[in-house]
Amino acid sequence: MTIIIDILSAVFLAGGAFFCLVGGIGLVRMPDFYTRMHGASVTETLGAGFMLIGLMLQAGLTLVAVKLAMIGLLILFASPTATHALAKAALLSGLKPKLGEQHSGEGGISSKP
Amino acid sequence: MARSLITLVGLILFWVLLSGMFVPFLLAAGLGSAIAVLLFTRRLDIIAGEAPPTYLNWFKFIVYCPWLIREIMVAAWDVTKRILHPKMPISPTMVEFSPTQKTDTGLVIHANSITLTPGTISVEVEPGRFLVHALSREGGASLAGSEMDSRCTSLERH
Repeated sequence: MTIIIDILSAVFLAGGAFFCLVGGIGLVRMPDFYTRMHGASVTETLGAGFMLIGLMLQAGLTLVAVKLAMIGLLILFASPTATHALAKAALLSGLKPKLGEQHSGEGGISSKP
Repeated sequence: MARSLITLVGLILFWVLLSGMFVPFLLAAGLGSAIAVLLFTRRLDIIAGEAPPTYLNWFKFIVYCPWLIREIMVAAWDVTKRILHPKMPISPTMVEFSPTQKTDTGLVIHANSITLTPGTISVEVEPGRFLVHALSREGGASLAGSEMDSRCTSLERH
């Protein structure tokens, strides 16, 4: 039984690590401030979420699991608020978002991935 | 006054839950912290006013959470594919639309849900006007009158 939980938690931790990495790659690859925030939101939702689930599986039914769930709730409430405040501050301070197609002549935008 | 008392009791219970230790010093520290936080919130004047618990249909909110988590996962996977795609097929857009929520609670839940979903960020939030930055044109176009909008409106209780 413990081996199943260990494997499950390893899968979740690896998934969380993957999405954190993807968020980081997004941060580097995206062209401007606003689009970079979209990259970061992958980290804070799926990355952090999968990590927390993996850790909760390791903790079992203990107070630690409750605390991890609290951290998850905190992230779910605080991160969109912070992201919104950041985006609004950027817009108010006059940072214009780059809109439309970012890549010249590749035509990768109209076609769905 | 009743709300202050509920806040205080809630804060103390939260402290006990997080500490899990019943040493007199720690309990006293918890009580002191709870009172301090209560005084701060009173000074900020955020205790009174529209209190979410009474303006929210809690049963529908509990149904809403798993639906939102599913939406987040679908959207996050979409953004992941766009990030890892060699050509990075993004088309950033700013979309302005009118949400149908009437209460602050409903508006906040809708705006936070939009931001929490990867690929869309609510930039300006006012009653009757949302300004949203979307990573792709498809994501931006699907915002006005979306299922999320109608679900958030059905969470409200006047």
